[in-house]
Amino acid sequence: MASVRQDPEDAGAPSRREFVSCAAAAAAGFLLTACGPKRLVEMPKERLRAALREMERQYSEAYGTAVTVADTKALPGVQFAYALDLSRCIGCRRCVYACVEENNQSRDPQIHWIRVHAMEKEKGVDFSHSDPYYDPKEVPQEGRFYVPVACQQCENPPCVKVCPVGATWKEEDGIVVIDYDWCIGCRYCMAACPYGARHFNWAEPTIPKGELNPSTHYLGNRPRRKGVVEKCTFCIQRSRAGRYPACVEVCPVGARKFGNLLDPESEIRYIIERKRVLVLKEDLGTVPRFFYFYAT
Amino acid sequence: MSTARLFARFTTGSLQLVLSGNSTYWAWIAFLLALIASGSLAYVHQVQAGLGVTAMRDPVSWGFYIGNFTFLVGVAAAAVVLVIPAYVYDWKPIRQIVVYGELLAVSAIVMCLLFVLVDIGRPERFWHLLPPVGHLNFPTSLLAWDVLVLNVYFVLNFAVVTHILYRAFSGRPYVKGVVVPLVLVSIPMAVGIHTVTAFLYNGLAARPYWNASILAPQFLASAFCSGPAILLILLQLLRRFTRFEISDEAIWKIAELMAYAMFFNLFLHGVEAFKEYYSATEHLLYTRYWYQGLGEHRAMVPYAWSAVALNVAAFLLFIVPAARRHWVTLNLGCLAIYAGVYIEKGMGLIIPGLTPDPLGEIYEYYPTLVELRVAAGVFSVGFLVFTLMLKVAVPIALGEFRVDREAGVDDLDRLSPASRRATAPA
Amino acid sequence: MPAVFLVARMAGGVGGSEAPPPPAAPAESPTAAERLEIPPPPFSEGIFPCSSCHADLKVNRERRPLTQMHDDVQLRHDEQHRWCLDCHDATNRDRLHLASGELVPFEQSYLLCGQCHGEKLRDWRAGVHGRRTGYWNGPKRYLLCAHCHNPHQPRFRALPPKPAPQRPERPKETIGWLP
Repeated sequence: MASVRQDPEDAGAPSRREFVSCAAAAAAGFLLTACGPKRLVEMPKERLRAALREMERQYSEAYGTAVTVADTKALPGVQFAYALDLSRCIGCRRCVYACVEENNQSRDPQIHWIRVHAMEKEKGVDFSHSDPYYDPKEVPQEGRFYVPVACQQCENPPCVKVCPVGATWKEEDGIVVIDYDWCIGCRYCMAACPYGARHFNWAEPTIPKGELNPSTHYLGNRPRRKGVVEKCTFCIQRSRAGRYPACVEVCPVGARKFGNLLDPESEIRYIIERKRVLVLKEDLGTVPRFFYFYAT
Repeated sequence: MSTARLFARFTTGSLQLVLSGNSTYWAWIAFLLALIASGSLAYVHQVQAGLGVTAMRDPVSWGFYIGNFTFLVGVAAAAVVLVIPAYVYDWKPIRQIVVYGELLAVSAIVMCLLFVLVDIGRPERFWHLLPPVGHLNFPTSLLAWDVLVLNVYFVLNFAVVTHILYRAFSGRPYVKGVVVPLVLVSIPMAVGIHTVTAFLYNGLAARPYWNASILAPQFLASAFCSGPAILLILLQLLRRFTRFEISDEAIWKIAELMAYAMFFNLFLHGVEAFKEYYSATEHLLYTRYWYQGLGEHRAMVPYAWSAVALNVAAFLLFIVPAARRHWVTLNLGCLAIYAGVYIEKGMGLIIPGLTPDPLGEIYEYYPTLVELRVAAGVFSVGFLVFTLMLKVAVPIALGEFRVDREAGVDDLDRLSPASRRATAPA
Repeated sequence: MPAVFLVARMAGGVGGSEAPPPPAAPAESPTAAERLEIPPPPFSEGIFPCSSCHADLKVNRERRPLTQMHDDVQLRHDEQHRWCLDCHDATNRDRLHLASGELVPFEQSYLLCGQCHGEKLRDWRAGVHGRRTGYWNGPKRYLLCAHCHNPHQPRFRALPPKPAPQRPERPKETIGWLP
């Protein structure tokens, strides 16, 4: 199991301990595999539970607060999908920061799973002329509309195809997840993703004390380490508990919709059946689960 | 009994060879060791602080390390340029030097594997790639294919060349029934490793610059023209400093083959440029970034045109027989071809493929000092491995390092007189 | 005043510390019949019940700008063609009235809005219009139109955006001698 940073303030961690722990991790890895499956998802239930308890202990110690790591499986009869109303988004970025807090993303170096692109209404959806760094006094700006982009949870995910160690895969409810303890950090998945949705920990992530979200899922928002890839997981820790992702709940204009494709009463079905819906880069055949629509 | 003693003799003899040399040799070794030390320190810094000490960021998540890896896979594949005429056409002059080509392939693969190791974010997890202890996503992931074929190619070349040399050392001919099939297999394998590496990029629909069918043929063309350049220089050096003999014919033939490969390389580049500029879709952005820059983002432009100039110059120097046969222009051509392909296939492949990023963002990448130091260290490891192997292989090939069969089959402690001279401390 | 209340709520909300939506109204409320769980209407402090003043006042149906009371309400909602009593009932100020004259309580004000904004009402009932909280596989929490749109000035005010992301930058060059 990956060892956890002891204290976020401990910037100058001694190299010998790191080396020894890494060597020990490699050796332990060899031994572990001699005893059976390796990826968290392949572990038998009891071993996984034990591993998660160990994770909880390490996280709680490192962050000084009681952290839980859930292993909630996909709910049966559920296929998640997401819809975003382009006629409503005002580009306020509250979704970006709600996501950062809910999913324990690093503040420094800064990682944002959601990126909002401002575009000109005259030009339409055109990423090569878009601006994710807009910073006016107020939004929305005249003549502009806003397109937030995060992981599209594709049906044919290119990232899953290319991962050499199988550290990322699509779960039964449609969420594409990453095993942070198996990822080797080769970043092939980042080259493969057409939406720029995967992000790398270029340095040890930092979460200020007191801002950690202690309710985590082992495939979702548990704190990561440097050298691994991460991305939006439709707030797996919330959605598998029946709740909306943080971005959906915080959006002040109600532009974000989420639900179960298999439920005919869900907002998501209503939108797909009645509204003008589009997906990004449709020609690439990724078949995203993330739809953009115009409600008006 | 005798096998063990033979091997012990070989080991001690090799050590003696490696540890004996003139001041130029030791200066070279010291230089390589210094770069390796510097690279190791820089790498430790990178492991501690994270890959953020490189200039790679989310928009350009692959850079100098992977560019070097791609180039070196081509060098490793280029050994086949010599193998094809040597064994398939039984063309004696080239046969002598095929062994050196295979040693070069082995060194290049070592460097490739090292470049991958220094690039991944969690190097202590590299074993996740190795079945059965890890989980290799074969056959879906092209990187899994690459891991497989590179290692098989490495083992193949290493096995063949050590077999030939060891047999020569022990005064016996190599087993044709083993060597020839393996060598014949290495031809499609060489094509295979570079095709798989090309597919690595080619299969990504998210990167239109790479998602072009031309990529695999272009990789092969650029590999076949640049890889042998090192060998040509090496062979001339061997000829100058040892008793090694090689006919001018052989050298010129290799240069001629490289010229044809370079022509094909230039043709493929031209064809690609036509498609991008004439169709002028949005995908032109990537090619424009490389040759012209986009707006004020012009960091790559000098490299693009240098590569073109070097490639064209090298082509002319090699295609004109008179230029090919003159030692100055031949070696200038070698340097030019190596540098030109190094630029176009290293940075020139990776960076424009990733710039602008899938959502239109432009981040200009060029390597940091840490990356340069680590890369220099990896190159030095490769050169060191190559040097040490040559230090043993050349005397064997020249018959200077072998057991003395005339002294009796049991007397394996005695090296032949020539070998004793060769292995005596300087 | 609703306007101040709404803008303050909108501007103040941030990330995980966003103020949770107000609690749902009790089960006997009019909306319960439609099985819509909706918080109470966002009245200004002390303004309801309106009849506490208006029961004693004479009804004046003449269209005019108000000067004595409610003069802080700037009507910008089709004010060319309508004024207060086109939505507020003249005889019972604790109620709104539809075009047919039917009275509706403030808890069902969406029926009034839906007369003109029919598609929005349809989308709102499906959960597609407006902010959604609660459980996607359980009870959905709705908000009244008035919780987000000031009925007198429904157009959303512009908001200051949260900070732009940092541009990716090269690291500071170091020699990197020391491990």
